[in-house]
Amino acid sequence: MTDMLNIVDLHVEAGGREILKGVNLTVKEGETSVLFGPNGSGKSTLLASIMGYSAITVTSGKIIFKGVDITYLPVDERAKMGIGMMMQRPPNIYGVKLGDLLRATADDPDTAIKEADKFRMERFMEREINVGFSGGEIKRSELLQLTAQSPDLLLLDEPESGVDLESIDLIGNKVHDLLEERKDSNGRHVSSLVITHTGQIMDYIGAKYGYVMKNGVIDRLGDPMELLKEIRLQGYGE
Amino acid sequence: MPESQTVRDALNKKGAYGKDLDLDHYESDMDKQIVVDDMEKSDFKSYMKNVGIVADEMNRSGTIMFIDNRPSHCSPKTQEGLEYMPLQEAMKKYDGLKDYCWKAIDPTKDKYTASTYLDDADGYFVRVKSGYHIKSPLQTCMLLNTNKGAQKVHNVIIVEDNASLEMITGCSTAHHANDALHMGISEMYIGDNSSLSFSMIHSWGNQTGVRPRTATVIGKNSHFTNNYVIMHPVGTLQSFPSATLGDNSSATYNTMCIAYENSDIDTGGLVYLNGEKSRAEIMSRSISMGGKMCARGRMVGNAPGAKGHLECRSIILKDGGATLAIPELEAHIADVEMTHEAAVGKVARDQIEYLMSRGLDEDQAVSMIVKGFLSGASINGLPPELQKELDEAIAKANLGD
Repeated sequence: MTDMLNIVDLHVEAGGREILKGVNLTVKEGETSVLFGPNGSGKSTLLASIMGYSAITVTSGKIIFKGVDITYLPVDERAKMGIGMMMQRPPNIYGVKLGDLLRATADDPDTAIKEADKFRMERFMEREINVGFSGGEIKRSELLQLTAQSPDLLLLDEPESGVDLESIDLIGNKVHDLLEERKDSNGRHVSSLVITHTGQIMDYIGAKYGYVMKNGVIDRLGDPMELLKEIRLQGYGE
Repeated sequence: MPESQTVRDALNKKGAYGKDLDLDHYESDMDKQIVVDDMEKSDFKSYMKNVGIVADEMNRSGTIMFIDNRPSHCSPKTQEGLEYMPLQEAMKKYDGLKDYCWKAIDPTKDKYTASTYLDDADGYFVRVKSGYHIKSPLQTCMLLNTNKGAQKVHNVIIVEDNASLEMITGCSTAHHANDALHMGISEMYIGDNSSLSFSMIHSWGNQTGVRPRTATVIGKNSHFTNNYVIMHPVGTLQSFPSATLGDNSSATYNTMCIAYENSDIDTGGLVYLNGEKSRAEIMSRSISMGGKMCARGRMVGNAPGAKGHLECRSIILKDGGATLAIPELEAHIADVEMTHEAAVGKVARDQIEYLMSRGLDEDQAVSMIVKGFLSGASINGLPPELQKELDEAIAKANLGD
């Protein structure tokens, strides 16, 4: 399998402070990796760096996606190349209706709108994006948008946070569907990098590797279930 | 009625806000009457359409139109309980009407009111009789057709008790009349248990001066909605319409503006919460495309249980102009609840990037947010077909893309 994503000695600043201090990480085509780590260790900053948000500044190192150096590409070009992001706390987009965004961005807008009921989002098409949405509604809206986009690399920032138990199953299954899209005899083609605190999402994603981030670097790499067990027992060893 | 001399003295009185305009600059004769028999065949049809006035009068209760200072069309459509005609004609018909003229607005307020008063200007008179609810909107249109002319119109709207009316009023300038001045005095009276929705769409020339003076007096348990939309360039526009509320009544002011380069817009709403449990909402959304935009909102709480909220939001898309939000809350007793929020600046970066992460480029993302900002929830109560036209105008406006 070829590499989908290579992060090479990545140093990143945000708010005038160095957050990532030399991160190295590889995700191969069809592979899912999980990111663990205490709050403030740099997990969300890493995902933001891959998506290219301007709140962060890359000071050195490289982000390679499908063999192309994307370190300084604008966000939309990364999206068009196949990176899709589910933010933990996306901003309210006042005035822009969810349905309008779907129609503007989906490869197949009609299907995307029709599929909304499968995400229990059919009543949200005329709503302003994220405005007054509950935790679960935000996640379902994000997944509906991602499904319409059908990215090759999924960046999921705590997909289960703030979600009730019933929605977790729906969200888990939809993430699973996204990962299984275009699956063939060679296995999966969609890759993902998933931040989780509770590990609940792991029942649905079949993660191959787990990474533990600490103080802006990858501290450990291992089997995700083993790592989770360790963390549950011993914490992050701080 | 004030003595003519007192009013004549007011001819030199500058407006409280906005650039002072020299009335002598506008010397052309505006008294020639242009009769429009068939609006569908009229040369003015495209100007009318731009400001929400439909020539075939489909879904409208009727039309009354003024070109310069004279009435040009008053549709033959009739409906029980609704009357509309030129004000001068109505004054001859109804002796009691003088009790409504220049009562909500003081002719000595400034030079614009004084000048309109002294000319004994004509305008439209609209009345809904007690007990009648008029289903389709009545449309009124004011056109400027003479360059260097000053349009002076005086309108009186009366919605009696237990009655309701929607009005769509469009104002526009013909291309050849760019450097003209519009002064429109509008006095509105709403009785008890009644409602009036008044939606104004303006499309002027980039040199046109606009100085409307509007006041609404509202009885008990009634509602007034005032929608104001300007999406085309204008020279200088200043307007600060006011409403005075009775017990348990409410008023909503929605303003939506685009200030293009060289446009100078100063508008908003002023509400006197004089009735117990009266309520008001003043909302303004504007975009500066290099022009000047001043959004004013003022509430005065004078009665127990009064509540109000004021919101001014403005996005600057192009430098070169200025944006000013002036929200004012004034309370004279303890038992009132008034709040405001104001936000001025560029489109938030995180919102742009959120849309970019879905594949829109930066210009498309900005344009989508700005158009959404304008067409968003702020214009509740706009007649649906007007909303559709507005959405089309917003879609066509070159905002960021």
